[in-house]
Amino acid sequence: MAKKRVVSTTINGRQVEFLCEPRQTLLEVLRDTLELTGTKEGCSNGNCGACTVLMNGRPVVSCLVLAVETEGAALETIEGVAPVEGLDLIQQAFLENAALQCGICTPGFIMSTKALLAENPDPSEHDVRFYLSGNLCRCTGYDKIVRAVLDSARKKKLAAAAK
Amino acid sequence: MSTVEHGKAVEGPNGNGKPYKVIGTRPIRHDGVDKVTGRAKYGADVRLTGSLAGVVLRSPHAHANIRSIDVSAALALPGVRGVVIHKDLCDPGNRMLELGEGAVNLRHLSNNVLAADKVLYRGHAVAAVAADTVHIAEQAAELIKVDYEVLPAVVDVEAAMLPTAPLLHVDLLTDELGQTATKPSNIAKHFRFESGDIEKGFSAAKLVIEREFRTATVHQGYIEPQNATAHWNADGHITVWTSTQGSFTVRQQVAELVGVPVSRVKVIPMEIGGGFGGKIRVYLEPVAAILSKRTGKPVKVLMNRSEVFEGTGPTPGSYILVKLGVDAGGKIIAAQAYMAYEAGGYPGSPIGAGAMCIFACYEIPNGRIDGYDVVVNKPQTSAYRAPGATNAAFAMETVVDEICDQLKIDPLEFRLNNAAREGTRRVDGPVFPRVGMIESVEAIKNSEHWQTPLTGKNQGRGVASGFWFNCGLKSAASATVNADGTVSLVEGSTDIGGSRTGIAMQLAEALGIAAEDVMPTVGDTDSVGYTDVTGGSRVTFATGYAAYEAARDIQRQLVERAARIWEVDPKQVAYEQGSIVGPGGKKFTFKELAALVNKTGEPIIGRGAVDPEGCGGAFATHVVDVEVDPDTGKVQVLRYTASQDVGTAIHPSYVEGQIQGGVVQGIGWGLNEEYFYDAAGTMKNATFLDYRMPTCYDLPLIDPILVEVPNPGHPYGVRGVGEVPIVPPPAALANAIAHAVGVRMKQLPMSPPRVLREILAKKK
Repeated sequence: MAKKRVVSTTINGRQVEFLCEPRQTLLEVLRDTLELTGTKEGCSNGNCGACTVLMNGRPVVSCLVLAVETEGAALETIEGVAPVEGLDLIQQAFLENAALQCGICTPGFIMSTKALLAENPDPSEHDVRFYLSGNLCRCTGYDKIVRAVLDSARKKKLAAAAK
Repeated sequence: MSTVEHGKAVEGPNGNGKPYKVIGTRPIRHDGVDKVTGRAKYGADVRLTGSLAGVVLRSPHAHANIRSIDVSAALALPGVRGVVIHKDLCDPGNRMLELGEGAVNLRHLSNNVLAADKVLYRGHAVAAVAADTVHIAEQAAELIKVDYEVLPAVVDVEAAMLPTAPLLHVDLLTDELGQTATKPSNIAKHFRFESGDIEKGFSAAKLVIEREFRTATVHQGYIEPQNATAHWNADGHITVWTSTQGSFTVRQQVAELVGVPVSRVKVIPMEIGGGFGGKIRVYLEPVAAILSKRTGKPVKVLMNRSEVFEGTGPTPGSYILVKLGVDAGGKIIAAQAYMAYEAGGYPGSPIGAGAMCIFACYEIPNGRIDGYDVVVNKPQTSAYRAPGATNAAFAMETVVDEICDQLKIDPLEFRLNNAAREGTRRVDGPVFPRVGMIESVEAIKNSEHWQTPLTGKNQGRGVASGFWFNCGLKSAASATVNADGTVSLVEGSTDIGGSRTGIAMQLAEALGIAAEDVMPTVGDTDSVGYTDVTGGSRVTFATGYAAYEAARDIQRQLVERAARIWEVDPKQVAYEQGSIVGPGGKKFTFKELAALVNKTGEPIIGRGAVDPEGCGGAFATHVVDVEVDPDTGKVQVLRYTASQDVGTAIHPSYVEGQIQGGVVQGIGWGLNEEYFYDAAGTMKNATFLDYRMPTCYDLPLIDPILVEVPNPGHPYGVRGVGEVPIVPPPAALANAIAHAVGVRMKQLPMSPPRVLREILAKKK
């Protein structure tokens, strides 16, 4: 077994150093070492999107990232989405639109949505479906998720206009 | 969205002639914030001090005898704490155990959890290791030496029924119409339902169509893999943390398989990441418990995705033949079906339910259904949303459509003409009470979708209907009145899709308080009364009923308390619309009296325990538009509308969600999903990359139409809604494809290669 390495990252705005084996994925370290269990494991081979986190602003499936690769990176997980009080508008839109049933895919969808809206604040239904096609949901048939994402975009625009 | 909301006009016994206040509204679910912030704890999120990681070793062969298992090298690996094999389980005997939506033979269950002397499918669990880390456990599992005598495998229902097929169980004697056969075979059971005289019926028919259909094995596809953490304490008490559809059924299965009384097992249901029928029977829980006993530490075992595909219950592949005879006006005179379902390694496919559902949408004067339960070298099948009914509807509804085409009858008129209604006797015997088949068809007929013609090239529209029984079963709830005028509700149904809110809303409605003033919790098996599984579309119906009963109990106690405070006869006090009203204009609001409860006597705790009959069956009718690419055979779903008799929609968003989710699972089943096997019986696509479930990019919005025909068997008219939406889609898609490109698909999935093959064959 290879020796453990020290990795320095920023997670949800906080400087974090952790020890990991070179073979450990970011997903495993987030969940098992750092106890950030909001990031979910659905397949561990990059096909379901449940473990999506943002790495330097880009969405990645954390099961396909080795933890040692995150040296110096800025990571954002579902635990970092909400402000100190209340919820992010995306989270609010998911609740108001009943966009979850079992909820296991929800953190991944919210992270992908955050990345989508950062890239494209005014997506069409087609844009949403294209961008989120790497996130699987088996409960909802996606209808209410797509509506929630479009509603998130509207809410964010309104909030920006109000500022 | 073409959602119809009638809910507020419907009355329950507690409505006092007023519309509902809570039912029919769309409050934010109580567990919502935890689930959008990542705080909700699912089974894999359990963290116990000092816990070990468990890994299961699985068979690489589809069919083999186990000559021996040598675990010594695994045990010698540093960091390994214990290994278990089948003989470490207790032999529960050759007995049946009811799981709520289907029964299981306990000896088969035990053999499925850890194989005894034989493996019956690739992925069959053989041994398990507990170690300090999952990586060590994986390494140790590879060091276990299993000496297999590999046997020929059979993975197809038709091949398995041949007299020359390899036998899975040398002692399996067919139950042939109630008689036990003398020679072993892979056919566990043949049964028949019959009504009228089909020979007479078919000879009187103007048109008779007979077709064969085949459907592939598909998986429930929940995103959260199976998981279990168990701690066998020094006092002999076992605690199990798991994601399950039924904590009490897990308790009983674990108790039976490890050989302790049920009271020694406490099951703590974690949040569950989807189930759809696949998380009722146990796989890992008894293994984790025995590993914990052996090591003295908590043990957590998680499946990976391939293990989920290869080792947990899919739904059966099937062969179905349907023969249908109608008169010149399109009235069904006779119907016959031959249905053979794959059970997996042990008997117990959902063939019974499939056979009861296949003709259930229609009045069938003369009918016969032959059902066969057949073992094959595939994973043991589990329930999957309306188990057995989707295969059946694919066959029946396709034949109906072909008849409509040949007689030039509108498919909705055909259904209205033949629809099952109150008083219709099913071929298998039962007579329908008030049901909503006709209403579900009429809702489609009146929909904007149906009334908008489809004109594009290679586009087609298809219709199909479906039926599912639903069930009642046992549920329990208790509710405590808090001093701030709220109620804490503990109920026993694990919540997969927002049900705790639907249950809380019924309690809130009965008490005349806001949904937000009820705090629902899903209790563990030591904290709440016995409750059957989250399945059978029963939770909002039955556990909601229990919550209603708990509310009534609270009402009675509040009335007595007010009478005590006012010093009047309780008969002079009544509970009305969230207030307690006494003589001479005396009145407490719920909140006012709640604040006085603990100052004036004993706490007020309501109890509800039910085993309701009248769950009422569910009917759905769907219409879909598709476009077929004639060069590739790819089917694109353009538009989908699903109507369903939903009884009373308690929380319409989650009723719609059940319909939309079921439809999309049905689309996946219809167009893409399938287990691919090689000749050795190895599944070749055990990942989400190759077992392709629908993504949001494959789909349009799904329009649900909620038809509210209140169920007389429930105080608020609730009817189960969760399962039937998966039933019509494959048939509706097949019918749409036929109208788009003129080919009749008789095999699922209708994947591009299959559709293209039919298109090319037609051109020849």
